[in-house]
Amino acid sequence: MSEALLNLTGVGLAFAGNTVLDDVNFQVPEKTVVSLIGPNGAGKTSLFNCITGFYKPQMGSVMFDGREMLKLKPHGVTAAGIARTFQNLRLFNEMTVLENVMSGMHCRSSAGAFAAIFRTPTQRREEKEIDEFSRECLDFCGVDDDVDRLATTLAYGHQRRVEIARALATKPKLLLLDEPAAGLNAGEKQDLVALINRIRDERGISVLLIEHDTGLVMKVSERIHVLDHGVMIAEGTAKEIQSNPKVIEAYLGQEDGEASLEL
Amino acid sequence: MSEQKVLSARLFGPLAVLVENSKARWTAIGAILILMAIGPFIFGQYATVIMTNALLYVVLALGLNIVVGYAGLLDLGYAAFFAIGAYTVGILTQEFGVNFWLTLPVAVLAAAIGGIIIGGPTLRLRSDYLAIVTLGFGEIVRLSARNLDITGKASGISGIEQPYLFGWHIAGYLDFYYVFCVLAILAVFVSVRLANSRLGRAWLYVRHDEDVAEAMGINRVRVKLAAYVIGAIFGSVGGAFFAANLGAISPESFSFTQSVLILMAVILGGMGKIPGVILGALIIILGPELLRDLGPLRLLVFAVGLLLIMLFRPSGIWPGKGAQK
Repeated sequence: MSEALLNLTGVGLAFAGNTVLDDVNFQVPEKTVVSLIGPNGAGKTSLFNCITGFYKPQMGSVMFDGREMLKLKPHGVTAAGIARTFQNLRLFNEMTVLENVMSGMHCRSSAGAFAAIFRTPTQRREEKEIDEFSRECLDFCGVDDDVDRLATTLAYGHQRRVEIARALATKPKLLLLDEPAAGLNAGEKQDLVALINRIRDERGISVLLIEHDTGLVMKVSERIHVLDHGVMIAEGTAKEIQSNPKVIEAYLGQEDGEASLEL
Repeated sequence: MSEQKVLSARLFGPLAVLVENSKARWTAIGAILILMAIGPFIFGQYATVIMTNALLYVVLALGLNIVVGYAGLLDLGYAAFFAIGAYTVGILTQEFGVNFWLTLPVAVLAAAIGGIIIGGPTLRLRSDYLAIVTLGFGEIVRLSARNLDITGKASGISGIEQPYLFGWHIAGYLDFYYVFCVLAILAVFVSVRLANSRLGRAWLYVRHDEDVAEAMGINRVRVKLAAYVIGAIFGSVGGAFFAANLGAISPESFSFTQSVLILMAVILGGMGKIPGVILGALIIILGPELLRDLGPLRLLVFAVGLLLIMLFRPSGIWPGKGAQK
């Protein structure tokens, strides 16, 4: 699996002696949808934060595209090609839909203060590119609202899509989605499945998904990893996971465990 | 709350027109430029001198607006950069006999270096720390100027020569009024250009949510440092011309009160909103002058006025995008 796009080996994270992640190994191959599931508090978002540079694990390595990510700051990780969305919607308030998505293009452009003041030809060309690519990303994610509206005035489901568009605007090779289906209705979840598939097929981007809606996970992922109490307890295809006794045990430990595995 | 909104909408409704309608805005800008050009001949010398000072504050407030308004960094020692500009010009022209125009790039460079030295380490921290450090920096600069021989200690530097520009001796009050007009227009121009750019957007992203901005690939330390240094350069240029205008500078011109006054102009007008910040600077300088007839009560009345504005327009006088509905 050395050719995998993302390769985590022996990642261990602890806060003040409490182990959050323990010797986590896992891979995301190119152009694949991989899901990370597990009960609440299993450490899924912490793992995301380790990959994206927000947390610094004490042990292990995160190799992406042949480079070590643990040495990089979050913005460096994004520039290397890993984009993310957040569990709770975190659009820039008081900014328009388009401006929100434009933020993703920051690390793919370079004009500085002088270029901005004198509006050099290069700067104008770059601004045009930023504008066009941002609109294209919005279009791709099916946001057909007025792009000059304040982002927070959009319907909830549309704000979720703007977040994905914003992440896509960073031109990533790997997209991390943290519970993208939370709060969506059945129809919107269908659209999300289609969007994730298109991100992989049309853009060639790998997707790593954290999601509680197991039905959606089973439908969209090629591989599923199960994290419980900071330990990877299982990995495999949807079928393998559903019949894995360890997984059932982990979920049954919770009150709604049975319900959440029912399909 | 809604009553407040209705009241403020009625009071400031005409301003909202300028935000929404671009034709009205350009007409207003044209009218202001004409008024600026012919103003001195209508209002006389006294008003012109006051107005020159107000224009200086427009430059300073626009500079601080980049730091506070755009990038959201609380800077309590902005007068330090104003001082650096003024003293660089004062020392170089007086002690070393350098031509004023040659000292300008040095003043800009000095402010940029000062900005990097102070901002470099502290901008890595969250912004509360920056407020403390800048407060300290402002005092350090003022106290250094007060105690060093080269800055003339408490009495400062006097007899700073007034510059020539292609044979035009910039000496009279009218000359400096027009110089400051040009400076203010340049400051507005640069602010507008920066605001509508990749860097300007990055400042807003960082101000709204640092973590998300980082996740979008924005180097928050570098972006903040850019804002801080550009703000410093505005202050320094303002200071340089301030020194040339007065011909004499002393440490007391660069006190903490000065920093607060500039910050007040920014907050009063509306952080991040260029016309608002200009208005804020004009109110801060012209307000006390217009109230001069009230005698000893004028500062009290002025303070109450400022409090009322903040009560009814907590995010500044100037209406924001889509704020009026």
